[in-house]
Amino acid sequence: MLTLLLDGVAYGMLLFVLACGLAVTLGLMNLVNLAHGAFAMVGGYVTVALVNRMGVPFFAGLVLAFIATALLGALLERTLYVHIYAKSHLDQVLFSIGLVFMAMAAVDYTQGSQQQFVELPAMLRTRFEMFGVSIGAYRLLIIVVCGVIAIGLQYVLTRTRFGSRLRAAVDDPRVARGLGINVGVVFAVAFAAGSGLAGLGGALGAEILGLDPGFPIKFMIYFLIVVTVGGTASITGPFLASLLLGIADVAGKYYVPALGAFVIYTVMIVVLIWRPQGLFGRAATR
Amino acid sequence: MSDVRAVTAARLARLSRWRPAEIVFWIVVAAAYFVFPDRHNLLNEIAITGLFALSLDLILGYAGILSLGHTAFFGSGAYLAGIVTKYGVTDPILGLLLAAVAAGLLGFATSFLVLRGADLTRLMVTLGVGMVMYELANRFSGLTGGADGLQGMDVGPLLGRFDFDLGGDVAALYSLAALFLVFLPIRRMIHSPFGWSLRAVKGNALRTAAIGIPVNARLIAIYTVAAGVAGIAGALLAQTTQFVSLDVLAFHRSADILLVLVIGGTGYLYGGLIGAAVFKLMQDVLANITPQYWEFWIGLVLVALVLVGRERVTGFPALIASRFRGRRAGKERLAEGAVQ
Repeated sequence: MLTLLLDGVAYGMLLFVLACGLAVTLGLMNLVNLAHGAFAMVGGYVTVALVNRMGVPFFAGLVLAFIATALLGALLERTLYVHIYAKSHLDQVLFSIGLVFMAMAAVDYTQGSQQQFVELPAMLRTRFEMFGVSIGAYRLLIIVVCGVIAIGLQYVLTRTRFGSRLRAAVDDPRVARGLGINVGVVFAVAFAAGSGLAGLGGALGAEILGLDPGFPIKFMIYFLIVVTVGGTASITGPFLASLLLGIADVAGKYYVPALGAFVIYTVMIVVLIWRPQGLFGRAATR
Repeated sequence: MSDVRAVTAARLARLSRWRPAEIVFWIVVAAAYFVFPDRHNLLNEIAITGLFALSLDLILGYAGILSLGHTAFFGSGAYLAGIVTKYGVTDPILGLLLAAVAAGLLGFATSFLVLRGADLTRLMVTLGVGMVMYELANRFSGLTGGADGLQGMDVGPLLGRFDFDLGGDVAALYSLAALFLVFLPIRRMIHSPFGWSLRAVKGNALRTAAIGIPVNARLIAIYTVAAGVAGIAGALLAQTTQFVSLDVLAFHRSADILLVLVIGGTGYLYGGLIGAAVFKLMQDVLANITPQYWEFWIGLVLVALVLVGRERVTGFPALIASRFRGRRAGKERLAEGAVQ
């Protein structure tokens, strides 16, 4: 029972790291980016390539996955995404679906369609007993890493100069520009960091979520649920939403396997109808 | 007052007149059937995709509802047609009507979900409905065949006389005829005051409500109609291929159909049909070159289309047409002035 709960928490934490970048781009910058999962997939494949084929240590692989996807995110933001901020939602949907299709086909072509696994170091494959609860070391690692990231994000967004600049740039780009904030750079950095975190999540989650070329579409709906249900007022909303989603999904699959993902979708529809701003959101100011 | 009404009615009637280009379009469609006798299966697919895209255009292009789950109706139409055929209702036309009604009912039931919220909420809700339908079809495998697909459907002869053949001669004719017969009332509807009120809702829902048009009722109506039409398209696919798989409810189909519509252009009746022809021909060519990875090129087309600007690509024929029309309208105005 408690093991199940901890598994759910680990899963939820993972979803949070994967989706928090989307919370910034979709929630704050109002950019419908369905290609967010593609960045996570790239992060996963980078780790697989580094760790399995080149023998890079696992932890270094994680860091490199973050850096690689952040760079890719920054590159795409500056070259492609920058043109679609001002376009309609339909255009953004089309554009990002196009990117997803390209990423999936490209990965399929270069890496093959079979599922990939990261070779974990031996120390992560053990289980421990903690307060009478058995938990895998890997899941514990996920909980710790993701928890640290969540706290760090909250700190950066609310307490630092960059955080207030980002919030200002999002609330009113024109006034922010007038105050001397370089909105383009702020957006690019936020986008890159979000992509990087997705990449890190993809690398960490390759073992739990499964990594294959269908990844971006399979998990797209989960990311979107986290962001829309959690609302975008703060980082806490998506965090709580992903924990709930993670626990509900793991528990649902364990206790009522016949219903599958059905429950999740239904709950999402009900929540969105009941509170379009999200469970923990505030009413839109615009 | 009655004068204004008469003038408005005359103007609406003029707008709804068949243009020469439209008549040429349908003649070309009919000619395609006879010119390419060995490509009837492709023609059948184009007709079905065109009808599906047309139904999406009704809600996206005219009413402005962004949907990522339109396959829910396409798929339910396909499954319903398949299941009734399997259990004895083998007449294709009856199956088609049943599928339309069922998909329409589903559309009516879910239309209340898309009334609330902005683009993003609608996107999520329609996506969610599509996923729920997929899960349902997957779970109730006793009825739908689950991941193996629905097998053993034996469609009876069309009109009690023409059997569906492997070359798709009857199938293509059937789908094209269905497309045309569904197109006619849709065209009538779009040019009616009802159709114009939809465009008003898309333009500005608040102002439309202010001039006394019931926005929600309009949205429910068009969503229901579009769902029914999508159901017909799905049923056509099921009957002409004699097989239904989970693929009819898959997410990528929703994305594909958006692309089809966008290639042809949203908000005018022929956009979906032209898009379907372009898309299917493109798929045909690309799948021959790179059978497994043609999705890459589809993605590339989408990205390029958005970056270049949809209106610049798809608006090109419309631009020429409006120039042409503009000149003629100018002449008519001059003539009217001379009479007065």
